[in-house]
Amino acid sequence: MVRRTPWLLSASVANLCFLYAPILVLILFSFNASRLSAAWQGFTLEWYRLLAEDEALRLSVWNSLLVALVSTLVATGLGVCAAIGLERHPFRGQKVVESAMLLPLVIPEIMMGVSLMLFFLLVKLPLSLITVTIGHAAFNLPIVLVIVRARLRKLDPSLEEAARDLGATPWQAFSRVTLPLLVPAMWGSVLLAFTISLDDFIVTFFTAGPGSTTLPLYVYSMVKSGVTPVINALSAILVVVSMTLIGASLALQRR
Amino acid sequence: MAEPSVELREVSKRHGDTLAVDRLSLTIRRGEFFSILGPSGSGKTTTLRMLAGFESPDAGDILIDGRSVRGVPPNRRPVNLVFQTYALFPHLTVAGNIAFGLEMRRVPRADIAARVQEALDMVRLQGKQDRLPAQLSGGEQQRVALARALVNRPAVLLLDEPLGALDQQLRADMQVELKTIQERVGLTFICVTHHQEEALTMSDRVAVMQQGRLLQVGSPRDIYEAPQSAFVAGFIGISNSLAGRIETVNGARCTVRAADLPSGFSVVARCPVGAGVGAQATVVLRPERIHLSADVQLNGYDNVLPARVSKAIYNGSETQYVLALSDRLSWQVRVPNIGNGQQRFQPGTPVFLRWHADEAVVLSE
Repeated sequence: MVRRTPWLLSASVANLCFLYAPILVLILFSFNASRLSAAWQGFTLEWYRLLAEDEALRLSVWNSLLVALVSTLVATGLGVCAAIGLERHPFRGQKVVESAMLLPLVIPEIMMGVSLMLFFLLVKLPLSLITVTIGHAAFNLPIVLVIVRARLRKLDPSLEEAARDLGATPWQAFSRVTLPLLVPAMWGSVLLAFTISLDDFIVTFFTAGPGSTTLPLYVYSMVKSGVTPVINALSAILVVVSMTLIGASLALQRR
Repeated sequence: MAEPSVELREVSKRHGDTLAVDRLSLTIRRGEFFSILGPSGSGKTTTLRMLAGFESPDAGDILIDGRSVRGVPPNRRPVNLVFQTYALFPHLTVAGNIAFGLEMRRVPRADIAARVQEALDMVRLQGKQDRLPAQLSGGEQQRVALARALVNRPAVLLLDEPLGALDQQLRADMQVELKTIQERVGLTFICVTHHQEEALTMSDRVAVMQQGRLLQVGSPRDIYEAPQSAFVAGFIGISNSLAGRIETVNGARCTVRAADLPSGFSVVARCPVGAGVGAQATVVLRPERIHLSADVQLNGYDNVLPARVSKAIYNGSETQYVLALSDRLSWQVRVPNIGNGQQRFQPGTPVFLRWHADEAVVLSE
């Protein structure tokens, strides 16, 4: 039996405060009636109402959702294929390919953003929602790959052989046995990729063109003209949505 | 002889630098319970995987029901495999697992339900059809794996170490049950195992393999009582062996003298065919064929050797003695527990081993 020491308890509380106090303050002040957000002057939903009326904001939210959805679907499709290829069909030079595919996880995002922008300029693809989506798919691909592959590695390879033995073609064995068993991991990676895409600023900043403002870019432009409680309200919503998605992702990966 | 169900003709398979299966030829009869027995690395699992179609032979041919299966993928072979790990589909129920093969072969839906029920009855899992594999015990999972394969009515059922994951008691029960099911369905069963007792209990015939080569094929009785090599003798149960030279030949009998025996003693045994005086010979003797006595007299036996008890292990149904015949030679003897009045020998006491000449097998190299 583990004895709970007061020391351990206070360390945990301090840790949680360090992580979540700023976020709690932010959410709290999104309901603050004061325009200067320094002191509490009573409860209001005014900032949320202003948010709802902001036409440009609504467009940026729509852009963000569209980019997140499409880039997640692309990254999931490619990532699942890559995971199966790497895990089940070993080939020469596999290690090199593997490291190359995981590189976006470790290189600084700003480098990725700049290089993507230069690449798009080089191939003369005008910066737009399309380039943003491609950029997001690029950094989401290794995330899907890592999660799906971990699940695949835990599956007994004889399951697919059993299906083949029972009369399934290779495709039936995959679609009837392997794929259903990968679904929880796929949902986990979809939610994680979707959240990261939704929150991304740096890559988006370099790959977005006129008319392709996403939510984080819009928030940034709002902040440049001074921090208003509207930003608190918007951030509060983003925090809650992101945490919900990440929580769901973790729950699905654990299955 | 019944017509062959499976024929392997000079089948070879290489894995990297090692020859996993070396020119293996076997004929397995229809409706036979056939076991391939061998230690790990003997090529038995590779042989099974070639029958199932997961690996293809480098040379030679495999015929199932008289037709070559060269190039035929696993899903189009008339065989089904019970995997060592069972490989049950974790996302499907028991009924879903059993129905899988029928669905793949497009059996009408109404027939599927009836056949799944029939398979469940056969393995005594009625009422468990809606469980998931994770909710079953090891023995129940084993039965599902068996039902999932049998429901397809394959020409040949392949079993890969079928009882390996079960505990001792369950293993003994399942040995009998597997044999009963096989007799009832009348299918050809080919079972791969490293467990000699399992192979002897269930099989009509046993093939012993070592390092990719077939050493001996025969009934369990042949394999146990007339091993043709020292490896088979040693692998099938415990055996005592004595390496020496044939000293005299007298009709069907010969005497073998060995350096490991106490001086002045030799062993009388059946003379191996074609062996003459001076030939190398190994005498192999099962531990339960030796009679222990405190008495040096032959009393109708052909052989008597002195020894000293070094260990006596009582395990209920029998007592296992480890006996030192000389500094270099140690034998095991098993004495069944026949109740009160039986003479017991304590470690350190001298004892005499007696046996009939025909109880020993003599292998001549």
